[in-house]
Amino acid sequence: MKNLTDLEKRINSELTTKINKTEIKHNQIYIEIDKNVLIDVILFLKTNKDTKFRQLIDITVVDYPEENQRFKIVYLLLSHEFNQRLILSYFINENEVINSITSIFPSANWMEREVFDMYGVSFKDHPDLRRILTDYGFEGHPLRKDFPLTGHTEVRYSEDKKKVVSEPVKLEQNYRNFDYESPWEGTKYIKEQTDNNDKKN
Amino acid sequence: MTKKIKNLNLNFGPQHPAAHGVLRLILELDGEVVEKADPHIGLLHRGTEKLIENKTYMQAVPYFDRLDYVAPMNQEHAFALAIEKILKIDVPIRAQFIRVMFCEIGRILSHILNVTTQALDVGALTPSLWGFEERETLMTFYERASGSRLHANYFRAGGVHQDLPGGLEEDIAKFCETFPKVINDVENLLTDNRIFKQRNVDIGVVSKKDALDYSFSGVMIRGSGIPWDLRKSQPYDCYEQLEFNIPVGKNGDCYDRYLCRIEEMKESVSIIKQCLAQMQKGAIKSLDGKITPPSKNEIKQSMEALIHHFKLFTEGYRVPKDEIYTAVEAPKGEFGVYLISDGSSKPYKCKIRAPGFSHLQSMDHLIKGHMLADVPAVLGSLDIVFGEVDR
Repeated sequence: MKNLTDLEKRINSELTTKINKTEIKHNQIYIEIDKNVLIDVILFLKTNKDTKFRQLIDITVVDYPEENQRFKIVYLLLSHEFNQRLILSYFINENEVINSITSIFPSANWMEREVFDMYGVSFKDHPDLRRILTDYGFEGHPLRKDFPLTGHTEVRYSEDKKKVVSEPVKLEQNYRNFDYESPWEGTKYIKEQTDNNDKKN
Repeated sequence: MTKKIKNLNLNFGPQHPAAHGVLRLILELDGEVVEKADPHIGLLHRGTEKLIENKTYMQAVPYFDRLDYVAPMNQEHAFALAIEKILKIDVPIRAQFIRVMFCEIGRILSHILNVTTQALDVGALTPSLWGFEERETLMTFYERASGSRLHANYFRAGGVHQDLPGGLEEDIAKFCETFPKVINDVENLLTDNRIFKQRNVDIGVVSKKDALDYSFSGVMIRGSGIPWDLRKSQPYDCYEQLEFNIPVGKNGDCYDRYLCRIEEMKESVSIIKQCLAQMQKGAIKSLDGKITPPSKNEIKQSMEALIHHFKLFTEGYRVPKDEIYTAVEAPKGEFGVYLISDGSSKPYKCKIRAPGFSHLQSMDHLIKGHMLADVPAVLGSLDIVFGEVDR
């Protein structure tokens, strides 16, 4: 489809109930689906002659620790033929296992390994689900919002043991996260008061 | 009598000059033929994405220099464009030309490094000596514009950090006159060189299907005959106003990719020339005081400018809630930033899509059945820089 709105209509009419929400912004199409229809939707988008999203650009996760469904899994797809980009996403709970799409896009292999490494999301039917970016023997999933920026361990060369050892992080000063909320826009309770007043009026 | 033969496992890298950085490659060899390659990456992992989540948008820019450190400004460009799209601000035309010009300088920087080190990997020393001299000249241009040879921190949301100093434009124009001769010299040494061709022709062939399946972009996809360049297909900044050609390969082997890179350098020179010709005096960053800092002069004169300056460098500017993916044609391929903002002055999530990551992934597929000696040749033509692969 040449046009994004046509594409949106087409996807909605073909996949009907499998699609939860579609939106066009920034010249890209954003689609929300359910976890269990992933393979169907990806296959349709890749093979259908009107969509032809034949290249997987990336897979990533967004962590919302306060939400009920914590992780948002995001797939970025590109269609060379129609010069369009598509962003596919769905939400899962913390311990859910999701389907791997390595059989459809071979390049998903490392991308899913990275997601596993960084967020601890597991994939079903993945050929080789190992950590990829972190060190051998690393524990934890660094890009989760509850993982501290400084990490848990640090390494150094130990002269006694004649090897590199890993120890809990010792910092002279903790990482300080300054909150630069604008004082001119009022502190929180004043903001609430003005908001309430606005509503009344 | 039967004798049992076991495959040999060979550890290539992480400290090996032909590994182009810290790549550890576990090779399974049957004699001299590679059966399997398992790249171990992450030795240069710095947690860039995590760090960016904890910095304001302006503080996050320098991290992009440290990704693909042979073409720093191209990375910054993707981040700047992503923020500009969310904030819906316009970039003054002079800033667009400056940015495009420095992106092309970055492309030349990266391609010189790649072409000459690839030649080095297969046995030719001279091109790298000649090429590095040119890279040094280009990095002085970086330094004169931004104050730094490598980690420029120059492209900001809304434009560039500062205007070009006097005389720089003329010097870049001079460089554009002399540089094509250097490309020709390098080509004289390599293009028809028997040894270079024996080591590269029909090695690491990428079919069109592979190029799509393995998420290739940039020279890797164009070398296989797919005419795809984001500068043409999804033009950003002022690329629409410039005329340039996209070199495309035929066979998808290491040699075609080398030829593509050489041609691209020539195109880049032409783009730089056009930028210099069309560039006019004017603003170099958005005039929106809430996003770009005021000049030092203004700070001394105006209270409002002083307040803006203070707020920008403590709190930073706020970016409304949004989600966006923006990509640029970096020298190595499609470099993208998937940015989620939450209305505060720090990104909620910033995923960096590095082209080298998916290129390196295909190593196992490309090298299967080749000889051990082809490993550096294929690795060289993938154009891997570990700053961006490991992030």
